[in-house]
Amino acid sequence: MASVEFQNVSKTFGSFTAVPDISFSIADGEFVCLLGPSGCGKTTSLRMIAGLETPSAGKVLIGGKDVTYLHPKDRQISMVFQDYALYPHMNLADNIAYPLKVRGESEDKRHARAREVADVLKIGDLMGRLPSQISGGQQQRTSLARALVYPSQVYLFDEPLSNLDAKLRLEARGFLNHLQRDMGMTAVYVTHDQAEAMALATRIAVMDKGRIVQFAPPIEIYRRPATTFVANFVGNPPMNLVPVAAMVDGGQLRLRADGLTLPSLPVSDAIAKAAAAGKMTLGIRPEHLRMAEAGSANTIAGKLFANENMGPESLVTMERADSGRVTARIFTDDEIRTGDQVTLSFDTRHVTLFDETGARIPAIGE
Amino acid sequence: MQISRSIYMRRAVFSVVASLIGVVFALPLVWFIFAPFNARAELGLAIPSPFTLSNFVTVFQNSFAMHALLNSLIQAIGGVILVGGAATLAAYALSRSSIPGKGAVTYILLLFSSVVSGSAAMVPIFLIISAIGLIDTHLAVILVFAGGLLPTAMFILRDFIDAIPRSYEESAMVAGASPIQAFFDVALPVIRPGIVVVVVWAFVNIWGSFLIPFILLRKDTLMPASVAIYSFYSEAGTPIVTLLAAYSLIYSLPVIVLYLFVNWKFGFRFFGGIKS
Repeated sequence: MASVEFQNVSKTFGSFTAVPDISFSIADGEFVCLLGPSGCGKTTSLRMIAGLETPSAGKVLIGGKDVTYLHPKDRQISMVFQDYALYPHMNLADNIAYPLKVRGESEDKRHARAREVADVLKIGDLMGRLPSQISGGQQQRTSLARALVYPSQVYLFDEPLSNLDAKLRLEARGFLNHLQRDMGMTAVYVTHDQAEAMALATRIAVMDKGRIVQFAPPIEIYRRPATTFVANFVGNPPMNLVPVAAMVDGGQLRLRADGLTLPSLPVSDAIAKAAAAGKMTLGIRPEHLRMAEAGSANTIAGKLFANENMGPESLVTMERADSGRVTARIFTDDEIRTGDQVTLSFDTRHVTLFDETGARIPAIGE
Repeated sequence: MQISRSIYMRRAVFSVVASLIGVVFALPLVWFIFAPFNARAELGLAIPSPFTLSNFVTVFQNSFAMHALLNSLIQAIGGVILVGGAATLAAYALSRSSIPGKGAVTYILLLFSSVVSGSAAMVPIFLIISAIGLIDTHLAVILVFAGGLLPTAMFILRDFIDAIPRSYEESAMVAGASPIQAFFDVALPVIRPGIVVVVVWAFVNIWGSFLIPFILLRKDTLMPASVAIYSFYSEAGTPIVTLLAAYSLIYSLPVIVLYLFVNWKFGFRFFGGIKS
């Protein structure tokens, strides 16, 4: 196991800049998720750790050693690919044992070791099959087995669960989580699924347009999103963001928006400074909203847009007069119909404020 | 009722027309199968009576024609090895590496390939081959065919390889394989169906070709079967139909056997082939 470090790494493909300039370091034994929308540079970053792409500038270090120009085979890494990349002409035993074959292990030894790993992953009785003869979930575990069969410094995952159906994905996610905590391996995991990142990572790097917007533990990302981008990306459904007009009046912050009834919020220096621009974004998580009486304080109101029953709870989405939408995640038996007036209340403690540029304003006392 | 009857009519007409066209194409083949076994075969279609192998006996006694089959085999196999090997390596490089302008290179080569093995370039090819001193050798025939067939073979294979995910070799290299190991262990077996297609195609091309060996070879002992077939013409220039038919059947057997063998062993898979 080893640490991973990026020093001012950039990568361009012709005139396209995939990664402008990123630096970060991942400690030994960490499970880091690179999270972001497609095209944000997360896969390119992972491939630079693997050595499958060479950075245009900057340095990549694994275990403190400069590996920027080292061939993938010399990096002592494992990688699980999105399409699994199982060799179609080899049976499972040969697929899993392939890394040992190139290391010059004897056939008996490598098949015994492959069997050991396969048994842990519950595919031990499929060793004679070809990849085309097993299910998607089994293929996924085979590719995982191939990554685990030899000792590695870093384990890389490129959206390994995205081709599985929902139930298998949950199962595989739980297994990966257990495995990483159990082995204490250093893992870098690329995903666009925020739930996967939240469940697996010890730290998440949220990426946007080739840059790391926030690099923090999941709970921190969730509670204190650094920007509106992070707030909008993390959470299911993501945080509601309401553009508001802001002013400080009589030592109180006053926010105005269609349907919003929010008499006042306390002011800090940072808030006062941001309010000077006149505009802010008010962020409230769907789970912090409750049904309330029309006209009461600390509420936001509009007409019902959609009421989706999710089983234990409902996702109530309402549209405000300026056609901005707000979604609440609530337990309700109420029969609300499309077009009905809906009022949702919130606790001012749960409000997150973002300044004009979209950066989070630190809460009072933070 | 009215509608279904008109559908039946249409189908009936279609079937009749299709059968007629089929018969037109089938007749020469039927002749080709019957004539060799008929001691009095003519250009007309006739069921052999009696059924005889005497034509074959005469053909087997023609040592020039029999040796020509061996020459055809040498030239075709030599050409296939060169085309198959070079096209695989070249197509793999063109597909996987980022050479600027590689698309243009492929298409220009493809454009000129039809010229190289075509009759338009016969004079320059003859001059070049005679300048290198290769006139009247198997190697000359093999090289000219390789030059003519390689670009198309590369084109077919490149598209085939393009369709194969790079993650195969990438996963092998991450797992510790060198690029050469990754090529032989992982990429080559996956590309094999494409190589088989190219090999069969090249073999058939060389096997059936007349002009190039006819021009580049002089000695009887080097002539391939496509040229030797003329030894079954009388001195007046008219074909001896019986012997010609028997020799043609022998001449076509290797191609049929190759096709059947490949189909049984690998199966023809054209996916990854030419993209629209």
